[in-house]
Amino acid sequence: MKILVTVKEVAEVADDFEIEGLEIPETYLEYDLNEWDDYAVEAAVRIAEDRDEEVEVVAVTIGPERSEETIRMALAKGVDRAVRVWDDALTETDVLDPTITARILAAVAEREAPDLVLSGVQAADDGFGATGVALADLLDVGWAAVVNDLELADGEAAVRRELEGGVEELTTVDLPAVLTIQTGINEPRYASLRGIRQAQRKDLAVHTLADLALDPSVVDDALTLAGVAKPESESDATLFEGGPEETAAELETVLRDAGVGAE
Amino acid sequence: MSATDVLVVADHRRGELRPVSYELLTAGRELADALGGDLHATVVGGDVERFAERLDCEGVDAVHTVAEGEEFNHDVTTAAVTALFEALDLGAVVMPNSVNGLDYAPAVATRLSLPLVTDAVALDYDDGLTVTREMYGSKVETAIAVAEEPVALTIRGGEWPAAEGVGDAEISSFEVDIDDSSIRSTVRGFEEVGAGDVDISEAEFIVSVGRGIEEEENLELVEELADALDATLAASRPIVDNGWLPKNRQVGQSGKVVTPTVYLALGISGAVQHVAGMKGADTIIAVNTDPDAPIFDIADYGIVGDLFEVVPELIDRFE
Repeated sequence: MKILVTVKEVAEVADDFEIEGLEIPETYLEYDLNEWDDYAVEAAVRIAEDRDEEVEVVAVTIGPERSEETIRMALAKGVDRAVRVWDDALTETDVLDPTITARILAAVAEREAPDLVLSGVQAADDGFGATGVALADLLDVGWAAVVNDLELADGEAAVRRELEGGVEELTTVDLPAVLTIQTGINEPRYASLRGIRQAQRKDLAVHTLADLALDPSVVDDALTLAGVAKPESESDATLFEGGPEETAAELETVLRDAGVGAE
Repeated sequence: MSATDVLVVADHRRGELRPVSYELLTAGRELADALGGDLHATVVGGDVERFAERLDCEGVDAVHTVAEGEEFNHDVTTAAVTALFEALDLGAVVMPNSVNGLDYAPAVATRLSLPLVTDAVALDYDDGLTVTREMYGSKVETAIAVAEEPVALTIRGGEWPAAEGVGDAEISSFEVDIDDSSIRSTVRGFEEVGAGDVDISEAEFIVSVGRGIEEEENLELVEELADALDATLAASRPIVDNGWLPKNRQVGQSGKVVTPTVYLALGISGAVQHVAGMKGADTIIAVNTDPDAPIFDIADYGIVGDLFEVVPELIDRFE
C-alpha cells in the first residue's frame, strides 16, 4: 500500500508586522509545517504502523529550497520519502489558484499511483481549503473533505466528516481516495532525535514542472494579488489599562455589574 | 460579450436550508447586477419543492430544482452544478464556503476549468471582479483580481445580509443524468457530538480559554477562576484538538453556539470560526497579549495583557 501526503510549508505572521506594497517582509515571517498537514502526516504514519502489509508513505510539497527543512521534519516523523516540486515559473506567482496547485500535485500523484492521498483541510496561510478536493477530481478518484476520523477496510474508507454545529457525517468512500484531514483527528508526534537523524538520509527528490511533463504556463492562472492590507479594526471595546491589579479591579466591576459572584 | 448570469448553489442539511443559502442570494444578486445578468439559484437534493419556494426571494430570477437524494452528496452536487453550468450561460457560480460547499466547489472548478477563489468576504466589480478574502488567520486582508470569466467562488457565511421578500422566480425542475459509477461516496448517517457532563450552550457565565494558555497544566488556573466566578469552563478549538478539554466544551463553528450573559475570553485570538459560536453573548470580555487580535473587534471590554498576571488577581477578588 502507498499513501501520499500533501504537505506545505506555511508562513506565520508575527503579532506586530508591516506590509510593504503587496508583501510582508521576511523579518515578520516564520515558517513551519502547516498545522493541518501535521495531522495528515500523523494519520498516514499511523496507518503504516498499524497495518500488517508494507505501507510506503510519501510526502509531496510545492515549495522553494527553504521548505526542505520543514519537509525533513515530516520525514523525521515517519514519512519514508519526499518529493518537492519547484520551478522558476512558481517564484513569479503571487497567488496561485488552488486548482492549479492541485494540477501540479496531480502530476506527482499520477506517477506515484497511491492507494490513498491525505491532505490537510486547508493551509494556515492562504486558507483556500480547496486543494485536496480539486486533486481528487483531477485524479478521477473519490474524496471526503474535513475528516476527523478514519478507518480503512476492504477497498473503502469509513470516515467522519466534521460538519458545522457539532454534527458529524458518517460516510464511506471508495478507494483510492483523497481525504482532507481536520485538526484534532489524532495527536501529532514530535520528531525523535533518532527520527531526525534518519530523515537526513531519506530520499527527497526535487522536480521542476518540466520534469513532471507540465508546461510552465500551467501556473499562469487568472488570479492576481491586487491588494494586501491589515483589516480595519472595528473594535469599540473599552480597554482597561494599567498593571494586572488595576485591570483586574476594573474587570471585577464589570463582572459584578453583570451579576457574576452575586450568589 | 461574456456571459452575465450568475448561479448560486443553496446549502441544506437534514431537511433545512442553511442560513448561508439566503446570503448567497444576496451576494449572487450583487454580482449579477454588476455583470448585468439574471440570478439563478439551485438546490440539489432534499425537499427541493419546499426549498425552491423559500429560495424565491426578491431579486431571484430562476430556481432550478434537482431532485436527487435526500441528503447532500458531493458527487451528485458536483454533477448537477456542472450540468447546470453547461445548460445556462453563466458568468459566475457562487457556492457556500461551508464544510459541504468545500466538499464540491473545488471539483466544480476543476471539472469546468474555472478559476476558483474561496472564502470571499466581499466582491467588487469594476472592469473585472476583485475578491476580498483573509489570509494568515484573519491577520491580513487580500484583494484578488480575477482576470477571466466565468469564475467559481465560495463565500463566507455571515458576511452578506440574507435575501428577503418574495420574488417571482421561475421554478423548474432540472434533470441530471447521473452515472452511478461516478458516485463514490455514501452518507451513512449523522451523529451529534459533544454530549457529556455539561451543556455550555445553557451557561449563564462562561470562562473560555484558548491557545494563550500554552500548557495543559495551566488549565488549573482557569478552572480555579471558573469556580470562583461560578462560571462554566469552555474553550476554543486548539484546546480541544490537543485533548486538554472534551469536545462538549468547544465554542465555535464546529462546536457549540453559546449565548451567555458574560463571555470571558482568555488567550483566544478570535478566529472567525470561534466568533461564530460566541458573538451572541451579552457582554464579551477579552484578555489577550496581542492588541490586534480580532477578539477585540467584538469585545465590549478588553485587557491587552498577560492572562497569567490578570487571572490570579481576579481569582483573589472573587474568592
